Amino acid sequence: MEKFEPVIVAFCCHYCAYTAADMAGSMRLSYPTNVKIVRVPCSGKVDSIHMLKALEKGADGVLVAGCLEGDCHFKNGNTKAVKRVTFVRKLLEEIGIEPERLSMVTMSAGMGMRFAQIANEFTAQIRKLGPNPVCAGIEARTKSSKVA
Amino acid sequence: MNTQSILEKVMRAGHIGVTGECGPPRGALPDKVKEKAELLRGHVDAVNITDNQTAMVRMSSFAASMILRQMDMHPVLQMVCRDRNRLAMQADIIGAYAHGINTMLCLSGDHMRFGDHPMASGVFDLDSVQLIQTVRKMRDEGKFQGGADIQNAPRMFIGAAANPFADPFELRVARLAKKVRAGADFIQTQCIFNIDKFEQWMKGVRDRGLHKEVFIMGGVTPMKSVGAARYMKNKVPGMDVPTELVDRMAKTPKEKQPQEGIDICVETIQRLLSIEGVSGIHIMAIEWESAVPEIVERSGLYPRPNV
Amino acid sequence: MITAERKPIAEIIDSIDSCRRILLVGCNECVTVCAAGGRKEVATLASALQMDFMKRGKTIEIREMTLERQCDPEYVEQLAPFIDQVDAVISMACGCGVQEVVRRFKAKRVYPAVNTKFMGASERPGVWAERCHGCGNCLLGLTGGICPIARCSKRLMNGPCGGSSKGKCEISSEVDCVWQLIWDRLKELGIQDKYEDIILAKDWSTERGGGPRRIVREDLA
Repeated sequence: MEKFEPVIVAFCCHYCAYTAADMAGSMRLSYPTNVKIVRVPCSGKVDSIHMLKALEKGADGVLVAGCLEGDCHFKNGNTKAVKRVTFVRKLLEEIGIEPERLSMVTMSAGMGMRFAQIANEFTAQIRKLGPNPVCAGIEARTKSSKVA
Repeated sequence: MNTQSILEKVMRAGHIGVTGECGPPRGALPDKVKEKAELLRGHVDAVNITDNQTAMVRMSSFAASMILRQMDMHPVLQMVCRDRNRLAMQADIIGAYAHGINTMLCLSGDHMRFGDHPMASGVFDLDSVQLIQTVRKMRDEGKFQGGADIQNAPRMFIGAAANPFADPFELRVARLAKKVRAGADFIQTQCIFNIDKFEQWMKGVRDRGLHKEVFIMGGVTPMKSVGAARYMKNKVPGMDVPTELVDRMAKTPKEKQPQEGIDICVETIQRLLSIEGVSGIHIMAIEWESAVPEIVERSGLYPRPNV
Repeated sequence: MITAERKPIAEIIDSIDSCRRILLVGCNECVTVCAAGGRKEVATLASALQMDFMKRGKTIEIREMTLERQCDPEYVEQLAPFIDQVDAVISMACGCGVQEVVRRFKAKRVYPAVNTKFMGASERPGVWAERCHGCGNCLLGLTGGICPIARCSKRLMNGPCGGSSKGKCEISSEVDCVWQLIWDRLKELGIQDKYEDIILAKDWSTERGGGPRRIVREDLA
């Protein structure tokens, strides 16, 4: 059986998180290729449905990355993001999907190291959790129908 | 005289009226009612029978009141608006009167949340003021609330509750005025520990002459322990227990606390009796009815007048 | 508006577990305002249901639609082209909407996805509170415009009761004592002597207890 490599979708706000990710790149800090970055104008632009669709379409983990508290370029977009992440985590729990697959993180534009660290840690966490149960379910069904 | 109520007779004759209280049991136990009432016999004019107090189901006030009548004692039928609609209330009132119950207290009732059936729907067809009006109409006009004639209308001596210690304080006199205007004959207050505040309320009452339109009975409760004092201070909405009293109980050694509580109660009564406009005392010694004879005697209210 | 809250997912899944295709219908009015059953909530619920089914190795086809209102037959009609393609309908509208869908599509199973709560207003974004009970005979003119039927825990018309404490109701410190609010309002308007006017026993026959109600406008019907 091949080793499980998680797919992580990271919604990164343009002003801080994305810039930090960029910095990590230019600092030649390695972070896992598992992390696919989606640039958004603000973490507050990420709606609950975006987080859910990412998981529905097979992502094993989702990060919402925004500015540090008090530093949001749009005043309080990051605060809204935190509330939405909390809300969706509760919803995930209700349908039996590990809420830890979704996480909110904050950083400043200059924190290239922090971005890399978070990317590494989160990927390791998700690798431990295993594949998104959504995909596993479809796979099992496909396999069983093949056998039959 | 509006009624045959012993309480009315006592207070109209100019004596201080005295009532006690008895909470019915949580089961079909008539002997429990008799035991408690017997402890009060001769030391009070009438005994309040509570009605599903704190929204916990108990033997109905009506049933327990009947037991008191059978013992040749005088009950005050308490009726809350929470559990009955106006049909049931009026039916119970004429039913109670048919059993010789002629004194009643009209109350809103504690919310169902507090009791053992928080899932019950609260009726609140009438509120306490509207209930007072209803009973008054039954008595004085001989008509049901809906307008039809009553055959042998119940002549009830109508009571209502007042709480000088609830918020907002500034409208507590106006609230009393409302109940008086609705037709209340007598008032029993929530238990008084903060006598200064009570005096403040009584001043407002006297300024409007309400003490002349209605008999005001001050409520008192003996505290059994410092724990009871603290509970009443912190956990019961609408109760005002001054810190000095809690401290006084706390300083007393545990075995002497019940006696201290009785002493405080007697002192309170003596102070209340000196306030102009106070026509009676309502002693709520819940689950401690045995303390009542001593309280009544030491307050100089024994023997009860023969009217 | 009429407020509602989404039912626990487990309950919704229970009702459609045997279905392979469903129509998930939201409403653009009240339930949108209180974020319980509008377009966004339909999308969210659809995604969650899909993930639950997939997790169990099953799939479900979900058509998402949001009508302008579900309580008017003209809008409900818009579901007609799609109704035969599904096993059941889940409606995120209030109880009124669910029943209108049932009335039109008699042969189709329809399930509610929200618990309809109360008639209320927005206190602030994300917070809605009960304001009107629909008693059928409005007495707001007597109480300074604040309703004791809807907002007093004991619907006292001549309150407050003895449990009012620091402006809060005896049942919870999070519930305002409406009679405190009414008193403050009467003072603000300089008409506090109105407080002593007794509000007489209410005729509840105009309320739901008098029987299910109906309004007919002869000039329109």
